[in-house]
Amino acid sequence: MSEAARAPQRLDADRLLDDPRTRIIVCCGSGGVGKTTTAAALGLRAAERGRHVVVLTVDPARRLAQSMDLSSLDNTPRPVPLPEEATAAGGTLHAMMLDMKRTFDEIVEGHADPDRAGQILANPFYQSLSSSFAGTQEYMAMEKLGQLRRTEQWDLIVVDTPPSRSALDFLDAPQRLSRFLDGRLIKLLTAPTRVGGRAYLRVVNAGFGMITGIVTKVLGAQVLRDVQTFVSAFDTMFGGFRERAEDTYRLLQTPGTAFLVIATPEPDALREASYFVERLSEDRMPLAGLILNRVHRSPAARLSAARSLAAAEALLPGAGTAENAHSGETDGNGSGAGHGGGNGSGNGAPGEAARYPLAVAALRLHAERMQLIAAERRLAQRFTAAHPGVPVARVIAQPDDVHDLAGLRVIGESLSHD
Amino acid sequence: MLVRARDTDWEGVRLHVVTGKGGTGKTTVAAALALALAASGGRVLLMEVEGRQGIAQLFDCAPLPYGERKVAVAPGTSMAPGGDVYALAADPESALIEYLEMFYNLRHAGRTLSRLGIVDFTTTIAPGLRDVLLTGKAAEATRRRAKGRRIYDAVVMDAPPTGRISRFLNVATEVSGLAKVGPIRGHADTVQSVIRSPETAVHFVTVLEEMPVQETLDGIAELRGLDRGGLQLGAVMVNMVRPTALTDDQLAAAARGDLDRHELAMGLKAAGLENGGGGNVADGLAAELAEHARQVLSQRERRGLLTATGQPCYDLPLITDGVDLAGLYRLAAALREQGAA
Repeated sequence: MSEAARAPQRLDADRLLDDPRTRIIVCCGSGGVGKTTTAAALGLRAAERGRHVVVLTVDPARRLAQSMDLSSLDNTPRPVPLPEEATAAGGTLHAMMLDMKRTFDEIVEGHADPDRAGQILANPFYQSLSSSFAGTQEYMAMEKLGQLRRTEQWDLIVVDTPPSRSALDFLDAPQRLSRFLDGRLIKLLTAPTRVGGRAYLRVVNAGFGMITGIVTKVLGAQVLRDVQTFVSAFDTMFGGFRERAEDTYRLLQTPGTAFLVIATPEPDALREASYFVERLSEDRMPLAGLILNRVHRSPAARLSAARSLAAAEALLPGAGTAENAHSGETDGNGSGAGHGGGNGSGNGAPGEAARYPLAVAALRLHAERMQLIAAERRLAQRFTAAHPGVPVARVIAQPDDVHDLAGLRVIGESLSHD
Repeated sequence: MLVRARDTDWEGVRLHVVTGKGGTGKTTVAAALALALAASGGRVLLMEVEGRQGIAQLFDCAPLPYGERKVAVAPGTSMAPGGDVYALAADPESALIEYLEMFYNLRHAGRTLSRLGIVDFTTTIAPGLRDVLLTGKAAEATRRRAKGRRIYDAVVMDAPPTGRISRFLNVATEVSGLAKVGPIRGHADTVQSVIRSPETAVHFVTVLEEMPVQETLDGIAELRGLDRGGLQLGAVMVNMVRPTALTDDQLAAAARGDLDRHELAMGLKAAGLENGGGGNVADGLAAELAEHARQVLSQRERRGLLTATGQPCYDLPLITDGVDLAGLYRLAAALREQGAA
């Protein structure tokens, strides 16, 4: 297969950011691939190109928040102060960090009368659900996204998805939460307090007593009472929850949304990216492309790993003349030469220093870098072979972490110029 | 009878909890630690709790069921043949059914509950319950005995990531919000007494990059700050360490951007690369050296922060060609050499 046949279509990030029809960009991918930073870099670039942007992030590293000059990220979009030249195109940038408990509380307060809301907020089960359920964060991120969208205050929302155990949680969690709140067990546990419970009582007549019995036995009667109180207070909101989850899910399927899958050129991250691409297409979610983050390059790419290693070998004691580097002896085991180190072939005395230690180190370092680049390229090709229709953009690995807007800008530029 | 021929840093520790930020190689290091602990004979259980089947992928075997099975034999030493590593992929549903069976003789009821969504119940509404079931399983395996002897000489748990570890281990407090009295509360308190005993240590896996190091420092501070104390901090395991070929002087010069360009150019010439590399090879290599040097220096700074925590730090070399059993053996050997096992 020729290289050309495998080359992926290039993801044109600027076109995506400039298109006024793009209203939501969702950045997803496994943990540690730079989702949050990429989302912030995209937001900044879009703002500098004239859009009114809000970046919704879930759990930014402290320094990233600082890079946007945001000391308090508190569930409300805060303006990010941009230098003058960045606002020339008339754009603005806001950023906010999701507070899932506060978002959940607000939904409760907005959908129940004050008495009932108070009851729910004070319930131990509600407190556990709203502050630590693994799906709540995903659900609330979606809820917040829907809210921001409805305000029509921004023409582009960039969302960074929560650091889930699996990237797919993000699509599943809202449904899981609403399914749970509407679940059979909950109905069973609360059957006596609900009119609708009767049908269930008939079905599992004998089972019902047993189940409440076990729950009482294992968890204690107080826990069962708490659940029952919680569910009956929450009852009126069940329908609303499911509806909202479904609304947001549909919003994601509209053409105004663009999903960007972020991955580093590493096996695990790209495997997750593949799953995600497949899942998005199954769910008919609009995938804009893959961002391959932290791709390595070399300023001396024309010197191959094998030649570089052979050259380093030639400088070692006892290696004789440079011509040896090109003899058959070293050609065959180029990749092993790097580990051969000081006790390579020949008759150099052990411990004798290489003649040009700096050049030897530089050549070995370069060989390692070229091997890394080759490995990354193979992984990227494998991804494209499996998903030929997915456009790809690359972000070159930066030597330092991002600490300020300038750092975010560099990433945005790298992304757009590939 | 197992005779320990050497001192290690974790004498008396039976339950090793291994945490770390995503992407740092937590599962790999946990597996290497299990092999290292088993190397002087005996039997070690390696347990995962997040349903990722990471152990099966690592040892290249079929997905693990909820059951303990042997996955590897540790490399032997001159003193003794290698012991066995068993693996278990624990999930809350099976742990709950087992719990009901062990304590209430309620196996069938457990299955009924499972069909009716008790799993949703425990894992969704009350994450504290889910965690107490998983940590409870680890505590049970650690203390399990047959004929007066422990079944496992050590248990290594591939635990949730750093961001969630203190909540995960702080089970009794988490559950107490939900259940103030009752059997599950009692169970949580028992589990807590194992987790907070000198038999348990919590190790952090990190790489020398900014965010993982920061999370490690935060995680250590958080565990130290947990009320009632008693959680024993373990080691900091620095993963994917690459040695540098440069001397300190060369590193400093390269980072400043004024290394000896003449020496470099002469060296390349001597190696026959005068023009052969195309373009300006010396400039390119110098730039790579400078980047490398800056990286090494900031990694040293970060290592200093980790050392300052006062916890033992172990180095694990970068395995470049994919981690397989041979790679795990290498990591296990590195851990043993440094006194981790």
